[in-house]
Amino acid sequence: MALYDARRRSNTIVMGLCVAASAFGLAFLVLILLALLWNGLAGLTPSVFIEMTPPPGSSGGLLNAILGSLIMTVLGVAFGAPLGMLAGTYMAEYGRYSKLTFFVRFINDILLSAPSIIVGLFVYEVIVVRMGHFSGIAGAIALAVIVVPVVVRTTEDMLLLVPGPLREAATALGLPRSHMIIRVAYRAARAGLVTGVLLAVARVSGETAPLLFTALNNQFLSTNLNAPMASVPAVIFQFALSPYRDWQQLAWTGALIITFAVLALSITARVLARQRIAK
Amino acid sequence: MTDAVAIGEGVPSRAVGQDRNRVLRRLKLGDTGFRILTQISAATVLLILCGVILSLMIGSLPAIKEFGVGFLFTQSWNPVTEKFGALAPISGTLITAAIAMLIAVPVGLGISIFLTELCPQPLRRPIAIAIELLAGIPSIIYGIWGLFVFAPFVQEYIEPALITVFGPIPILSTLFAGPPYGIGMLTAGFILAIMVLPFITSISRDVFDTVPPMLKEAARGIGCTTWEVMRNVVIPYTRIGVIGGVMLGLGRALGETMAVTFVIGNAHKISPSLLAPGTTISATIANEFTEAVGDIYTSALIELGLILFVITFIVLAIARLMLMRIEKKAGA
Repeated sequence: MALYDARRRSNTIVMGLCVAASAFGLAFLVLILLALLWNGLAGLTPSVFIEMTPPPGSSGGLLNAILGSLIMTVLGVAFGAPLGMLAGTYMAEYGRYSKLTFFVRFINDILLSAPSIIVGLFVYEVIVVRMGHFSGIAGAIALAVIVVPVVVRTTEDMLLLVPGPLREAATALGLPRSHMIIRVAYRAARAGLVTGVLLAVARVSGETAPLLFTALNNQFLSTNLNAPMASVPAVIFQFALSPYRDWQQLAWTGALIITFAVLALSITARVLARQRIAK
Repeated sequence: MTDAVAIGEGVPSRAVGQDRNRVLRRLKLGDTGFRILTQISAATVLLILCGVILSLMIGSLPAIKEFGVGFLFTQSWNPVTEKFGALAPISGTLITAAIAMLIAVPVGLGISIFLTELCPQPLRRPIAIAIELLAGIPSIIYGIWGLFVFAPFVQEYIEPALITVFGPIPILSTLFAGPPYGIGMLTAGFILAIMVLPFITSISRDVFDTVPPMLKEAARGIGCTTWEVMRNVVIPYTRIGVIGGVMLGLGRALGETMAVTFVIGNAHKISPSLLAPGTTISATIANEFTEAVGDIYTSALIELGLILFVITFIVLAIARLMLMRIEKKAGA
């Protein structure tokens, strides 16, 4: 009986620890979000969206940073997503069992978790050094390199979920393979493909490391892709580490905006993906 | 080729046949074009990897020539005399990642046990999503939170407590020595732990789901408690997958940049105390790259990047191989 009690006791202890671990994980999510709201809401005024980043000591906003982030994210996804989708298409539709697919899948999974600062160094070496200066376009390319693996992965996964008979039916009607893929497989996997792109947007809109030495930063409003461009994460980095109170306040506000934008995107992506599976 | 297409009343003529051939040729061309396009795109993914490796190698050539293998074992990092060594950033990277894994592995496994065994069904999805949202929060947010909220807390409460508790114990006292700065290796490791938690949790949950229910039911049938089922059946069965998930988390922890840059303190020295400020490879690059003057300095930073990439590549490759093995097992 003593043994039985001991086993039950250790079970209770370990299960208690598991509950505690979950509470621990959830607590940090709540703590971080609360801290963002607490520190960021105070500075969330309309001027954040209509004024430029200020010099220390005067008031201002994040307009140039928000605009720069939007431009580079849109461009990065516009470059990266089609490439990723086509690659995913090859892996799921043409070369499902080929050697190339096997290698690409393996390498892609590694790129998916590779340190993003390395991507920054790569784009710096390949583009910034060659152009001779930092630029918005280099930032967009760095983001595109991060977008590709995310989209490859989701596209392949989602196309693999499309039932084979659907493809066979289309082929039996005499559709060429490319038409079958575009008209049937893409359509069946549409929600999943959108999910992949949304996830990619969520992933890159918070990225800082690859932008630090590609797009650098810019104090002024600039839509010139050939010149350094501001981005919200880079401004947060600069302002949070500064000694000025009003800069730190703006950093918190920027952090609040970007976190909730990213979380909203990833929740939307999840809901979409779930609908796809439910169907 | 017979022109057997009878469209309406029209007599099948030579013209129709030619039209048909032309359309067929166009379709065939488009088809081949599309296939080649997708194939090239897939190959581009490989090219990106090669490009990354090559460009890092070319960029770090001057530093490799200058410092040789000694780069890996030298501690000095002096931009003025242009003497660079990677020992401090490398050790900082390994130590912070180790702290992160020490915390994140038990907690992550605990959460996945909770989610697969204990959690009431309706709460499972929301809690799993909430944990995964931790992965969605951008790294820089962990940085600003760590610097302004977490580090002061650590300085005020956790570090003094660690110093008093471990002070009298011989070896541990050197690990937890020195004034509580708040920022340092321990804080960085802790924040990394929170960041990799969702990766470890979601993968171990996935692999726990691959255990055939019969095995678990059989164990319960001979009277095992939940913990005994987990320890003796589920974890041994999924061992490779769990290790794969842990390695994946480790790969993330090694390369994480922004969060660490905020809270590590950026000191190029190796200190036996975990409370002391240090630096990691990625933090060094993020902090110094834009300010680096001179080819050797830049090149030394790029070589650091190359070292980081090689380390994470190996870790992530091992992780993937292990996860592939468990997938095969689940499929068989």
